[in-house]
Amino acid sequence: MINAVGNPQSLLLLGGTSEIGLTIAEKYAAAGHLRVVLAGRPSERLDANAERLRGMGATVSVLPFDARKPDTHTEVVEKAFADGDIDVTVVAFGLLGDNERGWTDVAAARELAEVNYVAPVTVGVALADRLKRQAHGSLVLLSSVAGERPRRSNFVYGSTKAGVDAFYVGLTEALRPHGVVVTVVRPGFVKTKMTEGLAAAPLSQTPEQVADIVLEAVRGGKELVWAPGAMRVVMSVLRHLPKVVFRRLPV
Amino acid sequence: MEHTTSKLRPLHGWGRTSATLAEVVTPATPEDVSQAVRSVGERGIIARGLGRSYGDPAQNAGGLVLDMTALHRIHSIDPDSALVDVDAGVSLDQLMKAALPHGLWVPVLPGTRQVTIGGAIANDIHGKNHHSAGSFGNHVVSMDLVTADGECHRLTPDGPESDLFWATVAGIGLTGVIVRATIRMTKTETAYFIADLERTENLDETLALVSDGSDDRYTYSSAWFDAISPGPKLGRAAFGRGSLAKLDQLPAKLRADPLKFDAPKLATLPDFFPNGLANKLSFSAIGELYYRKTPKEKRGVIQNLTAFYHPLDLFGEWNRAYGSHGFLQYQFSTPPDAHDGLRDILHKVAASGHVSFLNVFKRMGEGNRAPLSYPHPGWMICLDFPIKGGLGRFCDELDEQVLGLGGRLYTAKDSRTTPEAFATMYPRLDEWRKIRNSVDPEGVFASDMSRRLAL
Repeated sequence: MINAVGNPQSLLLLGGTSEIGLTIAEKYAAAGHLRVVLAGRPSERLDANAERLRGMGATVSVLPFDARKPDTHTEVVEKAFADGDIDVTVVAFGLLGDNERGWTDVAAARELAEVNYVAPVTVGVALADRLKRQAHGSLVLLSSVAGERPRRSNFVYGSTKAGVDAFYVGLTEALRPHGVVVTVVRPGFVKTKMTEGLAAAPLSQTPEQVADIVLEAVRGGKELVWAPGAMRVVMSVLRHLPKVVFRRLPV
Repeated sequence: MEHTTSKLRPLHGWGRTSATLAEVVTPATPEDVSQAVRSVGERGIIARGLGRSYGDPAQNAGGLVLDMTALHRIHSIDPDSALVDVDAGVSLDQLMKAALPHGLWVPVLPGTRQVTIGGAIANDIHGKNHHSAGSFGNHVVSMDLVTADGECHRLTPDGPESDLFWATVAGIGLTGVIVRATIRMTKTETAYFIADLERTENLDETLALVSDGSDDRYTYSSAWFDAISPGPKLGRAAFGRGSLAKLDQLPAKLRADPLKFDAPKLATLPDFFPNGLANKLSFSAIGELYYRKTPKEKRGVIQNLTAFYHPLDLFGEWNRAYGSHGFLQYQFSTPPDAHDGLRDILHKVAASGHVSFLNVFKRMGEGNRAPLSYPHPGWMICLDFPIKGGLGRFCDELDEQVLGLGGRLYTAKDSRTTPEAFATMYPRLDEWRKIRNSVDPEGVFASDMSRRLAL
């Protein structure tokens, strides 16, 4: 249960190698004893992350999870809840991909769509069922500002985020009457392995900063947040710019 | 199933934190309770009284919650034997008003009368008279408990199922649903207290006053104490110690109606207090007033129930003053020799930036047979903290100190501790579990607290 001071006892991280996801887990683990289910494709990094959390005193189980296999997702979620209620679930997996390949190569486009959109939706359906039954808990989606207005340089990724963002914003309403809070988080540019080599955009964030915003949002029961908070205004302006102007922006 | 109402409702404790949804059913008879227990789903069932526990023992996310307050009949009051036979949903307020004209007094009163008989037993509540009368469970002559199979058991403290009786006392509803009980009341000539009021200047004086044996001259004893002021004022206290007044101790004008229920209420607080109003500045100011209104020393004062016992009852719904973020009560105990440890804890609180105004200090007496009963000989300290950043970590640190001293937390107040800490505080937990598992092997009775503390 999430206790009176907002600390969860259990966390499910879907995307166990996500840097933001891991930072969130570390912050919760530092706040009190935490049981973590780390779901991801088996890898050395996944095991290393599990060890890291154990080193902080958390009880960690590793659960094999492949975003590309939607047929397995219901079973994965059932397994994740097998040891009891999950207080906070973070959907953190995703690919950035190569935008040029993404709109010229069918296989590349399909992979992005499957991992970034189909998988969070199929996982989301299974999570919704489980969370509805336990009637408490928090579900966090790491979305992106990239979904708010597609940019030429990043629109394939942006399109998947637009889709998954819409699904989870809808899920927020669907799960509200069942006592479950869904939080959609829209970070701007985050300096991670995923964005390595890319020029950092203005208002760029570290995983640390995004994780702080996520913890604050979960504690306060917020349903939609930007990281940093100022990104909300920036995106609102960008969304309303005429195309001719938007096209010329160096974004 | 026969019941008057059934709907999904958000439930939280008196601290207004960690609300969860449950289906709420209001049974009108013990048979309704049995039926509800028999029809329970995978998330289990728990009884709820008037919601005065601060944390999560009377809520059950995704499951069933029995609102016991409709089961509120007083079956009999016998002035000669001092026994009352009541439904579990009867409140202590209701019982007190009904029993006073017969010269009977509720044997154990906590800081509020708005608790049910069922809740009083399930938390084994205590009051200012713990050092002289023990906790509520000591005064239960028998109780009817609906167990996981839907059967009703009549339990007594020394009868064939005495194990189950004592596992139910302080068992926070996890052994079954208490539907009815017989309580041994205290005979009294008046509804007034004759009290000695005293102020101490610092913690040493406070501890000395309750250690010098004078406490045993009073049936009731507790103090408000200062946990905000730094340095020498820390731990200063305003004591109110007294006993139920005899008829001939009352002034003439009260003697005309000595058993009158005299508990005035000024106002009910509205629900629009901003967060942050409860801060160090406001608390220091109120604390100073509170301390100063107690005379340095005044003996033989006649006080009514509100003045002596329930000053907070002057304000209904006072928990609203903490704003929507809510608050938590950190009530802990230490053994009687833990003076230095206690001093360390108070200094830590005063230096923490977490401010607590409603602080209670009391010397506790002997515990009882219930494995999960909170009271034990020593000091009992109650602190109320508004919820804000860092409070969780701070309370975890306090837990460690309390554990180190051999103290514990109280289930009726706790809303945040861990299964590990709880198991250390209650060394007889396994003994309790064994009894609980024998009557409820499937875990039919479950609450958010039972999940949080892995009970």
